Amino acid sequence: MFGELSHLALQQYWWVIVSLLGALLVFLMFVQGGQTLIYTIGKTNMERTMLVNTLGRKWEFTFTTLVTFGGAFFASFPLFYSTSFGGAYWVWMAILFAFVLQAIAYEFRSRPNNVFGARTYETFLLINGLLGTVLIGTAVATFFTGSAFSVNEMNQSQWELKSHGLEAALNLHNLSLGLAVFFLARVLGLLYFMNSIQSEEIFDRAKKHLIINAIPFLVFFLTFVIWLMVRDGFAVHPETKEVVMEPYKYFRNLLAMPIVLILFLVGVIGVLLGLGASIFKADCTKGIWAAGAGTVLTVFSLLLVAGFNNTAFYPSTFDLQSSLTIQNASSSHFTLTAMSYVSLLVPFVFAYIWYVWKAMNNTPIDEDEMQSDDIHVY
Amino acid sequence: MLENIDLSLVNWSRAQFALTAMFHWLFVPLTLGLSFIIAFMETIYVKTGNEEWKRITKFWMKLFGINFAIGVATGIILEFEFGTNWSNYSWFVGDIFGAPLAIEGIMAFFMESTFIAVMFFGWGKVSKRFHLTATWLTAAGANLSALWILVANGWMQNPVGMKFNPETARNEMENFWDVFLSPTAVTKFLHTTTSGYVLAALFVVGISSWFLLKKRHVLFAKRSIVIAAIFGLVSSVMLVATGDGSARDVAKTQPMKFAAMESLYEGQTQAPLIAIGLFGKEHDDPMNRSSEQEFLVKIEIPNMLSYLAFLKVDAFVPGIKDLVLGNEQYNIMSYKEKILRGYEAQQTLKAFKEAKGVDEAEYGRLKAKFDDKEWVENYFRYFGYGNYYDPNPEQLELNAFKIVPPISLSFYAFHIMVILGGHFMLLFMVVLWLIYRKKLETNKVVLYTALWTIPLAYIASQAGWIVAEVGRQPWVIQDLMPTMTAVSKIDTSSVMITFWLFTITFVALAIAEVRIMVKQIKNGPKEGGHN
Repeated sequence: MFGELSHLALQQYWWVIVSLLGALLVFLMFVQGGQTLIYTIGKTNMERTMLVNTLGRKWEFTFTTLVTFGGAFFASFPLFYSTSFGGAYWVWMAILFAFVLQAIAYEFRSRPNNVFGARTYETFLLINGLLGTVLIGTAVATFFTGSAFSVNEMNQSQWELKSHGLEAALNLHNLSLGLAVFFLARVLGLLYFMNSIQSEEIFDRAKKHLIINAIPFLVFFLTFVIWLMVRDGFAVHPETKEVVMEPYKYFRNLLAMPIVLILFLVGVIGVLLGLGASIFKADCTKGIWAAGAGTVLTVFSLLLVAGFNNTAFYPSTFDLQSSLTIQNASSSHFTLTAMSYVSLLVPFVFAYIWYVWKAMNNTPIDEDEMQSDDIHVY
Repeated sequence: MLENIDLSLVNWSRAQFALTAMFHWLFVPLTLGLSFIIAFMETIYVKTGNEEWKRITKFWMKLFGINFAIGVATGIILEFEFGTNWSNYSWFVGDIFGAPLAIEGIMAFFMESTFIAVMFFGWGKVSKRFHLTATWLTAAGANLSALWILVANGWMQNPVGMKFNPETARNEMENFWDVFLSPTAVTKFLHTTTSGYVLAALFVVGISSWFLLKKRHVLFAKRSIVIAAIFGLVSSVMLVATGDGSARDVAKTQPMKFAAMESLYEGQTQAPLIAIGLFGKEHDDPMNRSSEQEFLVKIEIPNMLSYLAFLKVDAFVPGIKDLVLGNEQYNIMSYKEKILRGYEAQQTLKAFKEAKGVDEAEYGRLKAKFDDKEWVENYFRYFGYGNYYDPNPEQLELNAFKIVPPISLSFYAFHIMVILGGHFMLLFMVVLWLIYRKKLETNKVVLYTALWTIPLAYIASQAGWIVAEVGRQPWVIQDLMPTMTAVSKIDTSSVMITFWLFTITFVALAIAEVRIMVKQIKNGPKEGGHN
């Protein structure tokens, strides 16, 4: 089946999968956003326990999606993996540290004898929520703004700046996406609290903070998108493979791929609907689904804009011709074919996640459950 | 050529990877084995409806959760470090190595992370049977993730199923099943996972023995011991069998590692196996070292090494010198010759790249070499040796001795692992025998031995990692890529900083983890279900 597809078709298929994983990751970062709001929304110990526990039952999905996103990128576009991870060393290391802290924080937080105290582990969750979102957003923005690296004839890459990735955080366009992701994660976190916890106080406080966080999200998101539409992009000549700067490249990509444009617009509307309904309707608890689906569609379409329509998805500002495209950075035809068969498992994975999610979230978390003898409480 | 390598960067990068991998491997074996032990216990609970079994299950599940979190935390670092610290490696073999990592994520991690949530938070929310299924699927997910990462590791030890593409300057997969079902990968998976089962069984038996010594929760402890000791005994038999298979595979595919594990300098037929050995003073001159000079104490089993390696008592087992200097009688090519051939392969690739777009005829001729099976078999397969080339013949001879792993570390690690493996099997037998005779509770010697075997299990487990990973040095991909060329080009100071940051973080996490774990154990099963 897959073996008969051209190498380019497989490369495009894998870019779609990687983009989808990236999009799901951004949606699942509602966990990170929620982690930055534990003390804002939770005023008593019990409230904070409920907030931590509702997030704690989902944090592994985000974590696993990040790991799978990394693994899928490695398998399908190994030159990106070697160039970006080995080059933008400090950004990835900071992201790593943020996630290492998260992984133990939930389990250790409420255990007796945990050495550092619950506050420390809650601070770990805050660090993860802050750094994880801002830095991942910033790193993804370099797909459009470029980084200073070169790739030699043996496909070995070299980063050309001593700051090894930290420079990305100083670029305002990158930062606008980093902050947009941060506030989006907080918005989604609030919507998830409203959906999964049975507490009027938490619901009301979450609703109030929704407006406070939605405004900066919209400001930073619009800044990023408008800037993206008007900036020059890294275009690849379809025949010679030469990389050149093209005015309005990303805007032109959207126009050249109407389906992607529709996905993008539907996604943005989804986020706005989820937000609007939760802010203006009295007892709306379902906003997370519209906003979540909208987030997935928006991020998915933005990543397609980065890699499709003869565009370099990981451009080099140091040497344009070193820029990575889905064609020059990909795995071989054989490996992509083998991996494509594995990708057939993905719908099955979605199905059991959906089933388990529904079974576990059937009844919202409440105080009684936190005091129950029968379950594991963070 | 070696002078172009920044060895301090290589060593710090190695130290960082070793630190992360060994720290990760402190927690993973318990996850692999305890997940099954819990699943057995919960199955009994569901079958019998006896609440005591639920209590037992939940106590061990609590410890499982504490251990699991830190294993997850360290696992993500390993995946990212392939890129951050070993970027040349990531490109050179990413076409093969990336696939198992991605499959691990899609197939195993999601299964593990989805069903572990049901396991911990699903009591009362889902049916008993669904909960039990989730527990089994968590165990399956954990073990599946081990499968894929060990397939990847097995491929690094014995690269198969691929072909070098000079256009992209990397190895590309040609046969997925050769990679997946390579005997090295299969034995590595079986040996490594069963070692995890043994460690987890020792953990449960040891802690339960402590309860028996304290005369607390006696029924709980005895039931836990029965499940764990049976599981441990079966696993340790498998461990020995797969260890035997693994050693034979190493003898065939990584003869230098095998020689280092036994510190065998001069090859011999009817080679004896050193049961116990203690090194004396090491000699600096690699040319004049010999096995006899090395040992202060040595107890040998005659013919055993030849038999272990090749199932024939009179088989020739090559020693370190045979492999470095060559041995015509047994048709062993010297490292010097391999270096020269590897260098020629590297020069051919370089010439190929230079000819591209300049001299089409030369370009085509050189490209054809990489398609020529005979040339690939006789030259390209030694590609990595080319990095040890030196125009000065004397230096080249000395460089050949640099392709030898640390001998004493490999030797001790191997012997500690094997001796402790024997001890574990014996302990399970004794414990089960005493349980059968209803005398375990009163036998303090065995109970204390079981308790103090817990740290020994961790030592054996780490020793196994050292045998596999130190023993294969200097190769990151056997014969194709030395560790020193795999490294990312970053400042040594950056790696030093992250190394110390990781060290501080790991030490802090380990202290917290041990204290939490000890407290939970002391609380016992009654308080163990929640707090």
